[in-house]
Amino acid sequence: MSNRIDVKKTYKLFINGAFPRSESGRTYEIKNANGVFIANLCLASRKDLKDAVVAARAAQSRWNKASAYNKGQVIYRIAEMLESRRAQFVDEITVFTGTTKIKAQKEVTDCVDRLVWYAGWTDKLSSLTGALNPVAGPYYNFTLPESMGVIAAIAPETPSLLGLIDAIAPIIVGGNTVVVLASTKAPLSAMSFAEVLATSDVPVGVINILTGKKDEIAPWMASHMDIDGFDISGLDAQSHGAIRIAGAENLKRIFRFKSADPGRILAFLENKTVWHPIGL
Amino acid sequence: METPVNFDYAPAPESRAIVTIKPTYGHFIAGKFVAGRKHFPTINPATEEVLSQIALAGKAEVDSAIAAARKAYITTWSKLSGKERGKYLFRIARIMQERAREFAVLETLDNGKPIRESRDVDVPLAAAHFFYHAGWADKLEFAGLGTSTKPHGVAGQIIPWNFPLLMLSWKVAPALATGNTVVLKPAESTSLTALLFAEVCQQAELPAGVVNIVTGDGSTGALIVNHPGIDKIAFTGSTEVGKIIARAVAPTHKSVTLELGGKAANIIFDDAAIDEAIEGIVNGVFFNQGHVCCAGSRLLLQENIVDEVLEKLKVRMAKIRVGDPMDKNTDLGAINSKEQLLKIQDLSRVGESEGGARWSAPCDFPKKGFWFAPTIFTGVTQAHRIAREEIFGPVLSVLTFRTPQEAMDKANNTPFGLSAGIWSEKGSRILWASQQLRAGVIWVNTFNKFDPTSPFGGYKESGWGREGGRHGLSAYLKGVGHE
Amino acid sequence: MSFYGLVDGTEASLKKYLGALSGVDQVGADARAAMLATRSIKTSSKRWAIDTAISMVDLTTLEGADTPGKVQALCTKAVRPDPMNSDVPSVGAVCVYNDMVRIARIHLDSIGGEHVGVAAVSTAFPSGRASMAVKIQDTQDALDAGASEIDMVIDRGAFLRGDYIGVFNEIVQIRKLCGTGVHLKVIFETGELVTYDNVRKASFLAMAAGADFIKTSTGKVTPAATPPVVLVMLEAVRDFYTMTNTRIGVKPAGGIKNTKDALKQLVLVNETAGPEWLTPTLFRIGASSLLNDLLMQRMKMDDGYYASPAYVTID
Repeated sequence: MSNRIDVKKTYKLFINGAFPRSESGRTYEIKNANGVFIANLCLASRKDLKDAVVAARAAQSRWNKASAYNKGQVIYRIAEMLESRRAQFVDEITVFTGTTKIKAQKEVTDCVDRLVWYAGWTDKLSSLTGALNPVAGPYYNFTLPESMGVIAAIAPETPSLLGLIDAIAPIIVGGNTVVVLASTKAPLSAMSFAEVLATSDVPVGVINILTGKKDEIAPWMASHMDIDGFDISGLDAQSHGAIRIAGAENLKRIFRFKSADPGRILAFLENKTVWHPIGL
Repeated sequence: METPVNFDYAPAPESRAIVTIKPTYGHFIAGKFVAGRKHFPTINPATEEVLSQIALAGKAEVDSAIAAARKAYITTWSKLSGKERGKYLFRIARIMQERAREFAVLETLDNGKPIRESRDVDVPLAAAHFFYHAGWADKLEFAGLGTSTKPHGVAGQIIPWNFPLLMLSWKVAPALATGNTVVLKPAESTSLTALLFAEVCQQAELPAGVVNIVTGDGSTGALIVNHPGIDKIAFTGSTEVGKIIARAVAPTHKSVTLELGGKAANIIFDDAAIDEAIEGIVNGVFFNQGHVCCAGSRLLLQENIVDEVLEKLKVRMAKIRVGDPMDKNTDLGAINSKEQLLKIQDLSRVGESEGGARWSAPCDFPKKGFWFAPTIFTGVTQAHRIAREEIFGPVLSVLTFRTPQEAMDKANNTPFGLSAGIWSEKGSRILWASQQLRAGVIWVNTFNKFDPTSPFGGYKESGWGREGGRHGLSAYLKGVGHE
Repeated sequence: MSFYGLVDGTEASLKKYLGALSGVDQVGADARAAMLATRSIKTSSKRWAIDTAISMVDLTTLEGADTPGKVQALCTKAVRPDPMNSDVPSVGAVCVYNDMVRIARIHLDSIGGEHVGVAAVSTAFPSGRASMAVKIQDTQDALDAGASEIDMVIDRGAFLRGDYIGVFNEIVQIRKLCGTGVHLKVIFETGELVTYDNVRKASFLAMAAGADFIKTSTGKVTPAATPPVVLVMLEAVRDFYTMTNTRIGVKPAGGIKNTKDALKQLVLVNETAGPEWLTPTLFRIGASSLLNDLLMQRMKMDDGYYASPAYVTID
C-alpha cells in the first residue's frame, strides 16, 4: 500500500466546450454501490441550463452546415477517443456502479459500437428518407430531412453511459445540438465522457452535459422557449403529462424512445419540401 | 371605332340549381344520418342568407360516433386487406370527381370562396388526395416507415373552415388508407360539403362506421379531443387551439398531428422574374381571401426594387375582381364570417395606428355579406404587430431587406415556420435560401401550390407532423420509432 | 433617331438596355395565361367583344396560290364581313404579299373601303433570309403600291446568335422607309425564338427601334400566338408605356381560329396592358378563318340559336 495521496478528479458541468461549476455553487454527493463517498457532483440549476441552451443555439447553425461527411467523421472520432480510454471507463463503471467487469466491458463496447453506428448515419439520412415527389404539374418538388435546432434530453439512469450516448448521438447526427442531463445516480462516466468529447473534434456547444436532478431540470427544459425538441426517455412515465403540458407552450417536439433505431434520429428532424417550376 | 371605356365582364354566375340543400342536417354515424337535437344556422357569407340548420353534437352524439368508429375498426376495417381498403378509396375519389360540380357550388355557397377556386383547386385536389392515398393502402410495408407499423385505431379529426372539403380529404384519405377509422368534425361555419361527402361514403358502400361525421362548434371538438375512445387526434386550425389540444392530450397516449398557423415571408430578390413574382405575391396572400395558413403575408422586398414592385403590385391589385363568389370571374370572394371580418378589420386598424401606410384596391362591395378589399401595408418592420400575427385575411405587410442574409434573418424571425417564398433567377442563391429558411414548405418562383404527393406541414409553432406524400403516412401509423 | 432616349444606337447601349430586362418564368407566365383563359364572357360583354374583335382582324391571305380574284374577294369581305347585316364593323386591315397590295388598295377604294388598311408582309417574309438591299426593295415596293402598314419579319438567325444590333438596325432602316405615315409591325416568329425571355427581349428591342406594333408570328410556324406569348408581349408594351409614355400595339397572328380564342386574347389585353389597348389602333388579330366564327357567334347572339356555315360567306 503506497502512502501516496490520490489526486481526485473534480467533476463539473460541460457547457460550450468548457467545464464550469454550477453557477448555483450547489453540489450533491455520489457514493458507490457500497455507500462509500466518491465525489461531489454539480447540481445544475436552471441558469446552468439556460447557459447551455445559449451555447447549443450558438453552435447549431455551424454544426448544421458542416457536411454530412464531416459530421460522420466527428462522431466517429468520439468513438475512437472512447475506444482509446476503454480501460478507464470499464474501471469507472465497475467501481461506481458495482457491476461486474464483464458487464462494464460490454457496456463500453456497446457505447463505442453505437457511436460508430450513428457516425455512419449522417450521410445516409436524406437519401433514405428524402423524396422526389411526383406532383401533378411542371414543378420539381423534393422533401429532405433537416435539423430541428436545439434538443434537450434526459438520459436514463441505467445504463448510464450507453443511455447517455443513445440520447446524444441520434440528436447530433442530423445537425442538431444537444443539452443533456446525465444519469443522476451514476453521472461520473458521463462527465468522463465529456472529457472524451473535449478531446475529440466536436465543436464547442454542440454537446452540453449537465448533472443534477431530473425533477428540477426537466420542467425547465420543457418550458424553455428556445428548445425545439425534448427526449424524455429518461423520465419516469408519471411525469410525462406535466412535461408535455409545459412543452406545449412552444409546441416542442417531445418523444420517448425504446431502442436505438433510425426513427430516433428522424424524430428530431424536420421535413422540408421545396417546389420549383420546370420550364425554359 | 372609339376607344372603349372598359371591358366590364357581364355577370357570369354559376348555377346553384345543381345542389339541393336540406333545411336541416343531422350527423353521419354508423353509415346513417342521425337527427340532431340542437341546431345552429349556417349562412352564405356573401349574402348572409341562412342556408340550413346544422346539428350541434353533444356528448351523446360524440360517444355514439366514436363507438361506431371503434366497432367498425374492430369488426370490419382492421380485418380488411389493404387492397380492399384501397378500392373503397378509389371509389370515393371517382364519385367525388363525378359530383365535382355539386361539391364546388356547395363549397362556394357555404364558404364564400370564388367558384373558380372551389372548381379548379379545392374539389379536384380533394379527389386527388383520395386517389393518391388509395394506392398506398396495400403498399404501406414499402413506405420506409419500418416493418411493424400499425394503424392507431380511431382517429378524431377536426378541420377548419378555409378549405372545408380539401382539409377533409387531407385527413380522411390517409387515415383510411392506413387502416384507421375516423370521427370527423367540420368547422362550425362550413359543414355542408362534409355532409355531402357522407353521401359519397354511402354511394361508395363504405362499411358503416368507418367514416363518421359529427357537426358542431368548439365544444364538440373538445369532446372529441378529450374522449378516451380516441387513439389519434389530427387537427388543422389556429396555433392557439393547437396548443390547447397539445395540453389536453399530454397526459394521454393519444398521438397528435397539428397543422397550425403561419406568417410566411415571400422574398423577392432584385433578379426575380418580376411579372411572375407579382403574380406570386397576389396568389400568395389573396388566394382564398387570405384565409390560408401558409399565405405569403409578409412581403420581403430587396430595397432596390421596392418602388418598381409596389407600383406594379398596386396596378395588379386593382384588377382583382372582388364580389359574388358564384360569379365565374370573381377572384376574391367573401370573408368567411363576421367574426373573421372583425378580426381582419381590427388588425388592420392596429397596422394603421402603428404607422403602417395602408393602401387598399378600390372595390365596390355587394350590399350584404362580409367583405374586405385587397390591402397592403408599406413601411412595416418586424416590430409591427401586423408583421407578427397571423391576420388570415387579404392583408399584406411589406418589409424590405438589403442583403440575402438579412432577408433570411427577417423571414425566420417568427415563432411560426410553415412556409416561405423565394423569387430569384439565380440557382445557387435559390438553393442557399431554401436551406436557410426555417419552414416546412418552400415555394421558389411559385406560391401556394399543393399536391397529394407533396408533404405539407410546419416547423416550430406551425405544428406537428406532415400531411401528404410518403411522409404524411407516418402520422396515421404507430411503431415508427418513437412515441 | 432618338430611340426614346433608351439607347444611342451603339451595340453597347443596346446590350445594356436589353441586359437590364427581368427574366420571364415560363411556368408562371403559362399559369397566368391559363387563369385568364377561365374568364367567362357573357351576354352584353360578349357582344361587345365580338364586334371589337371583328374590328381588330387583319384579314389575311398569304398563299403562293393567291390571285387578284382571291384578294379582291377578301377585300369585299373585309369591308362588309356580313353582307346581310350592315351593323357588323369592317375589319382593321387586309394583310397580303406585296405584289397584291395595289390590287387590294384599288379594290377596297372602289367598294367604299377606304377606311380599311392594307398591310404588306415584308423583308423577305416569312423567313427573313435575304440581303438588306432585297429587304429594303421588298418594303419599298409595298410602300409604292400603297401599303399603309408594313409587317416586317426580324432576322431570327441574327437574334439567336446574339447579333441584336443587327436585328435592331434592320428595324431602324425599315422604320425610316416607312416614315411616320405608315404603320410598322415587327414580326418575331416567337415559335422560332422559343423562350419567353427571348420574346420579352425581342419586344423591347423592336419597340426601341421604332416599331408601332409587335407581332407574334408569320402564320407559317407553330406554335404561334399562344396566350402566354401574347401575355409576355402585352406586359412588354405596358412596361414600355411606363418608361416612355408611348403605347405600342400588339398583334397576335396564327392559331387564333375561333371566337373563344379571340375572346381569350381580349381578356389578356384587358387585364394585362389595360383597356386602353382594346382598340384596333393598338391591338390586331392576324387571322383568316376566325372572322367567320365571330360572325356565326354574333348571329347566335342575335337570333338565339346556333348558326350554320351556310349563312356566312366563304370568302
